[in-house]
Amino acid sequence: MEKQILLQVEGLSISFAQYTKGLRRRNLQVIRDLGLTVRSGEITAVVGSSGSGKSLLAHGILGLLPYNASMSGEILYKGQELTGRLLENVRGREIVLVPQSVSYLDPLMKVGNQVRKGRKTAGALERCRELLARYGLPPDTESRYPFELSGGMIRRVLISTALMEEPELVIADEPTPGLDLTAAKRVMGHFREIADEGTGVLLITHDLELALEVADRIAVFYAGTTLEEMEASAFQREETLLHPYSQALYRAMPQHGFQPLAGTQPYAGDSYEGCVFAPRCPYRGEECSIQEIPYREVRGRKVRCIRPELAEMSGSPGKMDRSPDAENLALTERGRMA
Amino acid sequence: MNQRKKTIFWLAASALFLLAVAFLGYLWRDEALVTDFSRKNLAPCLKYPFGTDFMGRDMFVRTVTGLSLSIRLGVLTAAASAIFAGVMGIGAAVLGKAADSAITFLIDLVMGIPHILLLVLISYACGKGFWGVAVGITLTHWTSLARLIRGEVMQLKSSQYIQIAAKLGQSRLQIAGKHMLPHILPQFFTGLILLFPHAILHEASITFLGFGLSPEQPAIGVILSESMRYLAMGRWWLAAFPGALLMICVLLFRVLGESVCRLIDPGSVHE
Amino acid sequence: MDKRQIVRGFAGLARVLLLILGVSFAAFFLLAVSPIDPLQSNVGQAALGSMSQEQIDKLREYWGMNTPMAVRFWNWAWDFIRGDMGVSLLYRRPVAEVLLEKTANSLWMMAAAWVLSGVIGFALGVWAGANRGKWQDKLVTGYSLLMASTPAFFLALVLLMVFSVWLKVLPVGFAVPVGTAAADVTLADRLVHGILPAAALSLTGISNIALQTREKMAEVMESDYVLFAQARGEKKWTMIRRHGLRNIALPAMTLQFASVSEIFGGSVLVEQVFSYPGLGQAAVDAGLGSDVPLLLGITVVSAVIVFGGNALADFLYGIIDPRIRKGRERGR
Repeated sequence: MEKQILLQVEGLSISFAQYTKGLRRRNLQVIRDLGLTVRSGEITAVVGSSGSGKSLLAHGILGLLPYNASMSGEILYKGQELTGRLLENVRGREIVLVPQSVSYLDPLMKVGNQVRKGRKTAGALERCRELLARYGLPPDTESRYPFELSGGMIRRVLISTALMEEPELVIADEPTPGLDLTAAKRVMGHFREIADEGTGVLLITHDLELALEVADRIAVFYAGTTLEEMEASAFQREETLLHPYSQALYRAMPQHGFQPLAGTQPYAGDSYEGCVFAPRCPYRGEECSIQEIPYREVRGRKVRCIRPELAEMSGSPGKMDRSPDAENLALTERGRMA
Repeated sequence: MNQRKKTIFWLAASALFLLAVAFLGYLWRDEALVTDFSRKNLAPCLKYPFGTDFMGRDMFVRTVTGLSLSIRLGVLTAAASAIFAGVMGIGAAVLGKAADSAITFLIDLVMGIPHILLLVLISYACGKGFWGVAVGITLTHWTSLARLIRGEVMQLKSSQYIQIAAKLGQSRLQIAGKHMLPHILPQFFTGLILLFPHAILHEASITFLGFGLSPEQPAIGVILSESMRYLAMGRWWLAAFPGALLMICVLLFRVLGESVCRLIDPGSVHE
Repeated sequence: MDKRQIVRGFAGLARVLLLILGVSFAAFFLLAVSPIDPLQSNVGQAALGSMSQEQIDKLREYWGMNTPMAVRFWNWAWDFIRGDMGVSLLYRRPVAEVLLEKTANSLWMMAAAWVLSGVIGFALGVWAGANRGKWQDKLVTGYSLLMASTPAFFLALVLLMVFSVWLKVLPVGFAVPVGTAAADVTLADRLVHGILPAAALSLTGISNIALQTREKMAEVMESDYVLFAQARGEKKWTMIRRHGLRNIALPAMTLQFASVSEIFGGSVLVEQVFSYPGLGQAAVDAGLGSDVPLLLGITVVSAVIVFGGNALADFLYGIIDPRIRKGRERGR
């Protein structure tokens, strides 16, 4: 049975107005035509390499973009457009953010006070202690300042802040960098627990392997947009993946041969025509670099590719150039850590 | 108008105005001294927009001449001060630990004496007058820019690409010229332009107190100091108009500085 | 307090003392190299002309003009440390006595300006920084820019014109009504005569504090932790109270102590306009009248206040900021 759709994002674009030397104005498009869905009780992982604008997605959903950013597209929460009054009512209550680093904690405020959002009721105090205990943090964590805690402890404190409320949707922005494998797995486990309690989780991460361990759905994020969204189980075999980039990700995983994909992702602001992935795609045809590629429904899932059948048929494309300095998503950091 | 055009417009307008004042004042330097008792103590009118004083001198001409002197002196002293700051800042960063602590100590020392008081002391040491102000302003305004440049050079020195350049066998002079100067120069110039308004304000202040330019000169500080005697008689325009024009000049120097900063470093623009 | 803190405290104190010594020497040096002849400016050209060469030599001896500077500095400093700051040439009284009297006149006026400019500047800065780019911000930055472009003495002149000459609601100058015996001066007299100088000083002082507070506040409002607070549904003023004020309090304190120097500098100009017989005017008179001992005394006292204020700010910072306080405890 399909679970209820909690969050639906369609055609989301975010751009920045910037001034360059000599005060010339330019528009920097960071996110373009992005789509994804999150269901109650499920984890949807948005997987893309570091520095490709994924955090902005989290901030955009919550309406927290900086003053020089503009956003278009549709964000539906429980079927209603997530703007204005609704956004203000649910932000921090029904929809909570688990931010990515210690810089999101006030450096001069004790941790307990921050977890409790300043509330001093007996209920809040008790809930806070309960949560810290649940995540294995010593009781004196409450009266410590952020700079006194380790990276792993900070991560668990940040998760605790989310559960001070009774959220329906948790947006977790890169919860694992800087953690060793055991700690990272434990943090991912915490999100699984949260989802199993019926909450929807949007997990933004660069780590495909870790995401596959806990997520129900994967949205493949590339150069500011989503290329494919599928059940996590589709990643068990290369043939079930529709987009050439998803397949490249599959092959880049250690258990599937560690084959990196040549070339690099375009930067935000780089202009391109047609398919954003075309320059690196083994199946690209002439039409790929001419027309705008729609994010369309193919076999019950969204894909941004005009001829997914080619990728589907092929087992392992021979054309792919494999140079050693190529990008290897998800592997760099994990590899260094191990 | 977009941001760029607006900024360039203000930059050009303020530069033009200040140049005009500097030029006109220079042109009128003899006229500013003309006394004519047939027209003394006139209130502002079309012919004498700022009125005339007790010796029948045209206050508008006097004010513009005074401001012209202030602007020229301000530019000169700010430039001298900025160069001094550059030498000290770079010296502190590259001449080793002892030089660094000595210069840092000197900076702290200069900052520890209230500006005006130090100006009084230096002006006194130079026997007051033109050199008193010029040396005084040069020696009091360099500290923060020197600190800035010192920090910048130190950061550059430890940056990777400079160290790589050194390993690749580039000489120290080459490194300084090729890699450091392009980073330091913009900082230096914005720092210099931001010094102008301070230099002018302090020149006016120290002259007002009687330590700067001599009373015979039509300096803005002298004009305002003389005007005090006539305030009680209700001749407010003798202070108000010259003072207001001084304010406008300083304000325009700030606008000029800010415009240049914006063009060089757009990151500081928030609209 | 642990050992490290004490050592740090002493190192700081030693540095302050060294700086004060440096300032004293610099001031002494500057006054000594001056081409202005103390004999001429104090005895007067006419009197000097009527004196015999022997008398002049005697006077020169008396002013110590024949001894080398280092020796003179040593003598002066040694006396100074023992509390003898020399005799003021203008007032013909011990410098310490003159300083005490002038400071008493200036103190409350400067203190009022210091507190007012600090409090108002801080409030305006917070207001502007929290509303960055909006009209509140433009108003405060506009005011600050205007004030920063106005010499303090011209602002004082304008206040004088408006309130004393035109509206006639406040006295033209002086610390007390002219012709009143010292014993008859009431506190109200002192207050009334100090209002305009204090106002002129505060109005100029506000701008710098407001601008810098605004900068810090805007920085905090753009920080990740304020973004997170917003994501958790905190309202704007809650965020300003909970995070903004907490995080700008420390820089604001440093700024407030650093502004002592500016207030002092401004008072020199403002007192001149209002003929207010305080420390600032004494400095100008001493400079114009070549009263070297008095000018030295004022310089050293002002340096002590400035460096003392900065050192105090540093010290308080270490006690209040948990990152420094606890970092030190852990580093033991």
